[in-house]
Amino acid sequence: MEIISPEGLRIDGRRPEEIRRFNCRLGVLSRADGSAYLEQGNTKALASINGPHQAGDKAKIKHDRVHINFQYSMATFSTNERRNRPKGDKRSIDISQLMREIFQSAILTDLYPKSQIDIHVQILQADGGNYSACINAATLALMDAGVPMKDFICSCTASLVDSKTIIDVNNSEELHFSNPLLTLAILPTSEEIILCQMKSRLHADHLEDILKAGIKGCKDIYEIMHREVLNHVREAAAVMNAT
Amino acid sequence: MSSSTLSEGRKQFIVDGVTQDCRADGRRCIDFRRFQIETGIVSNTNGSARLRQYGTDVLVGIKAEIGQPKQERSNTGHLEFYVDCSSYNTTEIDGHIGDFTTQLTKSLERIYDSENVLDLKSLTIIAGEQVWVLYIDAVVLECCGNLLDCISIAVKAALYNTRIPGVSVNDEEGVLELEISDDPNDEKKLSIDKVPVIVSCNKIGHRYVVDATQEEECCSSGRLLIAVNDRNNICSLQKSGTGSLDPSTIFEMIETARQAAVPLNQELLQTLKREERSNNDKCGFFAN
Repeated sequence: MEIISPEGLRIDGRRPEEIRRFNCRLGVLSRADGSAYLEQGNTKALASINGPHQAGDKAKIKHDRVHINFQYSMATFSTNERRNRPKGDKRSIDISQLMREIFQSAILTDLYPKSQIDIHVQILQADGGNYSACINAATLALMDAGVPMKDFICSCTASLVDSKTIIDVNNSEELHFSNPLLTLAILPTSEEIILCQMKSRLHADHLEDILKAGIKGCKDIYEIMHREVLNHVREAAAVMNAT
Repeated sequence: MSSSTLSEGRKQFIVDGVTQDCRADGRRCIDFRRFQIETGIVSNTNGSARLRQYGTDVLVGIKAEIGQPKQERSNTGHLEFYVDCSSYNTTEIDGHIGDFTTQLTKSLERIYDSENVLDLKSLTIIAGEQVWVLYIDAVVLECCGNLLDCISIAVKAALYNTRIPGVSVNDEEGVLELEISDDPNDEKKLSIDKVPVIVSCNKIGHRYVVDATQEEECCSSGRLLIAVNDRNNICSLQKSGTGSLDPSTIFEMIETARQAAVPLNQELLQTLKREERSNNDKCGFFAN
C-alpha cells in the first residue's frame, strides 16, 4: 500500500504536511482538579490532574520542588488487538518515566516544595501518535488545573516517506517499519525542543527537514490548543461575572 | 470516602432525611439519579457505551474475538469481564484498588454466568472448536458512589450496541476455514431482553435506598446487590458491605429494588432505541 498517492495525498486524504482533525475540551471531569479530553484524528486521550497536594509517599518528598507522579494507561479496548491489561507493561512504564521528565522541565516545580502533582492520562482509542496525544492532553489538563508552567508543551509526530516529510502520522502509516518516526515536543514560544525521539534509520541530511516539519506541526497544534484554552477561560470568566 | 470523614451531625441529617423519604438531593428513596448514556463512541470496538451520572463516569467497550470455548461449556461462546479503576479519582476507595476492581469484575461475572441472560449459543461458530469470545472492558473515569449499578447499566447499553460480524465456514478438504465478512448488513445483534441491571439497595435507618450517593453509602447499615431484568425477574443476589440483615429485611429490599428497576429498565431501553433511530453525530466527550 502506498502511503502517498501519485496525486500527493495520504491514505486518509490529507496532504503531507497537514495535521489530523484536532478537537479538545477542558474540564470534562467534575471531580478532578483539572482535566482535558482530546481527539487527534481517531486517537482519543483523557487526562486528569490531582494536586498539588501533600505528597502521599514520604520517600518521594522533595524539599525544594514538587514531585510529579505521571501515570499512563491505555484502555484494554483502545487498540485493534485487545490488550490484556491497561498499564504496568514495560512500554507504559517507559512512557510514564519519559513524561515525568518532560513535565518536570515545563512546570514551575520550585513553587510547590514538598508537594505532589498527579497526572493521569488514559488513551481511550489508539490510532497512532499516542505519545503526542498524551503530552497535549496532559498540557491542557494542567492548564485547566491552573498549574503554573513556563509555556505550553505541544507535541506532534513526523516521518519521511519517499523523501517527502509527512506529519501527525496515523496508525496505518506508523505500521511501515522502514520509515523513521520522529516524536517531537516543543515549547512553542521559544521553539525549544523538550522531547525528541526517533526510531528507524534516517540519513543525516534529511534530519533538518523532518525536524522543521515536526516543529511546524507542533505550532499548528499550539494554535488550536491556545485558542481552546482562551475560550475556556473566557467561558469561566463569564460564569463568574454572572454570579 | 471512608465513614470516618463524615461528621455525626451530617450522618444524622442523612438518616433523618431518608426516614421522611426526602433525601439530601431531593430524591425519594426509590428514585435513581438521572443518567446520560451514549453508545458507539469508540469506533474500534464492536460495541461501546458511556454512562454519566452526577460525578460517576463509566466507559464500556466490547471487543468480539474468535477463540476456543471453555471446556465445561464447549457449545457456547463466553464473556470475559475486566474493570479498570486505575484513575486517581477513585482513590477514596477503602483498601487496595486491585482487590476492589477484582471484586467488581467478579460481581459482573456472577450476573452473566447463566444461560438465561444472554444467548451464548448464538456466539458459537463451530461447536466445540471455535466460538466468539466477548471481551467486556469497563473503564471507570470518575466515581461518586453507586459504581456497580452504573457499570451494569453501561454494560447492558454496550451489549445493545454490539454488532458481531458474520462468519462463514468453508470446508476445504477436511480443513475448516473461517471467513469473516466485512459487510455491515451481515452483522448480528445481541438480544438484551433478559439482561439485568444491578440495583444496589442500602438500608439506612429503617428504610431502603437505591442509587445511594457516597455520603449515603457511609450511613448504610447493610447493602444488597440485586440484578433485575426487563421482566422484573431477579437474576442474582448478593449481600455486600459490612453489617447484617434480617431475612424479612432482605425480602423488603428485593421488593424495593424491583420497584426501582421497572422505570430504570424502561428508561434505558427507550433511550437506546431513540439513539439508534436518530442518526445524529456522536458528541462523546464534547457533550456538556
